[in-house]
Amino acid sequence: MATGIKDKVAILGMGCSKFGERWDAGSPDLMKEAFEEALADAGIERKQIDAAWFGCWGDGINVGNSSIPAAMALRLEGIPVSRVENMCATGTEALRGATYAVASGAADIALAIGAEKLKDTGFGGLPPPFKGTFNDMWMPMGSAPAGFAQLAPYYRSKYGTSKEDLKRAISHVSWKSHQNGQFSPKAHFQKAVSMDTIMNAPMISDPLGLFDCSGVSDGSACAIVTTPEIARALGKSDLVTIKALQLATSSGRETQTNGWDGSYVATTRAAAARAYQEAGITDPRSQVHLSEVHDCFSITELVTMEDLGFSDDGRAVFDILDGRYDRDGAMPCQIDGGLKCFGHPIGASGLRMAYEIYNQLLGRAGERQMSSPSIGVTHNLGGVPYQGIAAISVLGLA
Amino acid sequence: MTDIGIARFGAYVPRLRIERSIIAAAHAWMAPGLKGQAKGSRAFTSWDEDAITMAVEAARDAVGSGDLGAVAGLRLASTNLPYADLQNAAIVAGAIGAPSTIATSDASGSQRAGTSALLQALQGGRPELVIAADNPFGKPASAQELSFGAGAAAFILSDQDVAARLIGSASINSVFVDHFRSDEASSDYAWEERWVRDEGYAKIAPAAIRAALADAHVAIGDIQHFVMPSYLKGAADAVAKKVKFSGAIAGGLEDGVGYAGAAHALLMLAATLEKAQPGERILLVGFGQGADALIFEVTDAVAQARPARGVAGCIADALPTDSYLRMLSFYGGLEAEWGMRSEKSAKTALTEQYRSAGQLEGFNAGKCGSCGTVQFPQLQYCVQCHASAEGFSDVSLRDEQAEVLTSTADWLSYHPSPPLWVGFVRFDSGARVLMEMVDIGKNGIDTGAKLRMVYRIKEKDRQRGYNRYFWKSTPLGAA
Repeated sequence: MATGIKDKVAILGMGCSKFGERWDAGSPDLMKEAFEEALADAGIERKQIDAAWFGCWGDGINVGNSSIPAAMALRLEGIPVSRVENMCATGTEALRGATYAVASGAADIALAIGAEKLKDTGFGGLPPPFKGTFNDMWMPMGSAPAGFAQLAPYYRSKYGTSKEDLKRAISHVSWKSHQNGQFSPKAHFQKAVSMDTIMNAPMISDPLGLFDCSGVSDGSACAIVTTPEIARALGKSDLVTIKALQLATSSGRETQTNGWDGSYVATTRAAAARAYQEAGITDPRSQVHLSEVHDCFSITELVTMEDLGFSDDGRAVFDILDGRYDRDGAMPCQIDGGLKCFGHPIGASGLRMAYEIYNQLLGRAGERQMSSPSIGVTHNLGGVPYQGIAAISVLGLA
Repeated sequence: MTDIGIARFGAYVPRLRIERSIIAAAHAWMAPGLKGQAKGSRAFTSWDEDAITMAVEAARDAVGSGDLGAVAGLRLASTNLPYADLQNAAIVAGAIGAPSTIATSDASGSQRAGTSALLQALQGGRPELVIAADNPFGKPASAQELSFGAGAAAFILSDQDVAARLIGSASINSVFVDHFRSDEASSDYAWEERWVRDEGYAKIAPAAIRAALADAHVAIGDIQHFVMPSYLKGAADAVAKKVKFSGAIAGGLEDGVGYAGAAHALLMLAATLEKAQPGERILLVGFGQGADALIFEVTDAVAQARPARGVAGCIADALPTDSYLRMLSFYGGLEAEWGMRSEKSAKTALTEQYRSAGQLEGFNAGKCGSCGTVQFPQLQYCVQCHASAEGFSDVSLRDEQAEVLTSTADWLSYHPSPPLWVGFVRFDSGARVLMEMVDIGKNGIDTGAKLRMVYRIKEKDRQRGYNRYFWKSTPLGAA
């Protein structure tokens, strides 16, 4: 394997807009909010940015194609701006572009910004995507919850988990995120919800009920990255560096062969193995202190705990119910509320995860602050469990 | 006459059924009299079924484990073909894997389109596949809505293994307008039933029958089975009486099927052949702007010609439903609020459809020439060993046994028959495909359930009036 990017790039500043139903703001307004916070945090001026990556998923309901809308909104003059799209992993993809630019020496300071305006559609949930001229002719037009719900039967049959235990565990996942959301002032949902409400909510796609599904939100998040040397030269003393940034995309093995049993997400496992190697992590359970994972649906978070090596295979149900991933547990997950409660403006989510880890590592997380964590993992998943993109970052104190 | 006769046959009736009493109850506020006619159940097509998909199913039943190698033509008869200018028969030919060299044609315009297509094919003297498929729509609260049904029948004509030989026939044409439906209308405008029965059926059909008997050099007493469809109660009995027929008058398949329009004569013929004995003669009459009369003699080969499913099998394979509004919605009679998700464009790239015809029509998976992995769709390289797809050979998944690997009921996606059942299907060849599952009963479907493939409308482009067809899976033995 290549030497990787460990500690070659530091986060100079980050910003995140208020997530939620932002009837007051379009994508450019949301970008401005995140950008200004990041600029102030970085302590630089706009003109010091050498290159930018803009992540946005659904151009039809946002600002349109290309990088132009971001360059116009933020007045990024005369620099290369790229637009990236990798489904729900788009935010991490933008961060990856900016990070690689700095690591390669092509840019001293680079910007990654993700934004999504989902509440301009006129209805709740995500718009049905175009899957390509050929795929639309044969692939069922199932929704995202229908795609993720299929993890449940596979998981249950592999580990002999009862329907009731699984439902209780996934309900606990959402209950925990709602608990955490109370302490996240920028979160979409900031109210605690009872287990009873969660377990008895209307069914969306069996076994996923309403509270097993993440919010559909407007929002933007932003990172400014540079080299550790430049960061120090700019006066930063506590540095968060990028220990690893890895991505894995489905090649069709899960959907077209019987080699995948459906109880896990293969791309997450592939990306995690590469990320841990790049970061030098050999025992994630002791070395990783917190995680922000892609809890688009509660069942996703459950299998992700196993895919990231936080729980033994088949044991996540019990670890979750034991409170291991709660805010006061051994390995907090979604301490900011996660996609479930902080919200899921698609192109921004990967950067929002990094924003929380960054703030926790720097001790700036307010009421949510953990006691001195030094390594955090973000896990950002695009597509569906059997055909998708897993993007993982490891962030840590330098 | 000709050496060509019926060698094999098959049938299809949609699984969905509704008790006529449920339909009558929905209309009781305005037409309480319907209650008196509301006996038994009728079949209706699901939102994704039409004359094309039913024709495919009937043809597959007729072909069975055989093949279509010897067939030179395919005729599709219906008065409810989905396309006015786009040959419906060609779509059926593609889906059943018929050779591209056969002549295909649509037959339409009359309730006797089915019998006329069958007669013309028999007279043509070449091996052909004749299919009639129909799902007539009766206006809400009309007598037709109660009596109509849906179904399809298919006949393979050959000079080998002839199970029923045509020994005589006659046709009469007459502009007797018992009902009509203009190009723009969705339902019929029908004249008084007593006039239709007494002046139409009872006078025109007997003339055709007498001519056919003369052509066959047999007397009415030589006929054992009288097969004449009608949406009018008692029409068959009236005609049989008029020609002094004293044998078995074939039932109209009222319970479980209903009058299946231009397909009904052939559906009744298939039902008759399922029980007819060698040596017996069948008189088949088609009525509409005249009449066709065909006389068949059943041979010893009939036992081998009978299909795996047939009409009886279809009637038994029912999926009872209980909502009149569901049926009305499937027939386009209810403009429900489907939500903004239904606004998604369903425009089909016709170029892509043509390029991928083998996969979309024939459900052709690719078998890797290097490692043997069977995979759908066929992409550029083998999913397992990455060998080039140039070395793939086609393996159709159409007739393969399969089972449910996983499934979920999706209430969120726009689907004309919610919920959308979707999941992974495992085929005996090892192929794994994410598929839609249809005709699922109230109890859902579990992992391991056996499935078969059905050709259905994948998506309707309501803006442009174009359907994309593809294969879906359905449980063996619904309900």
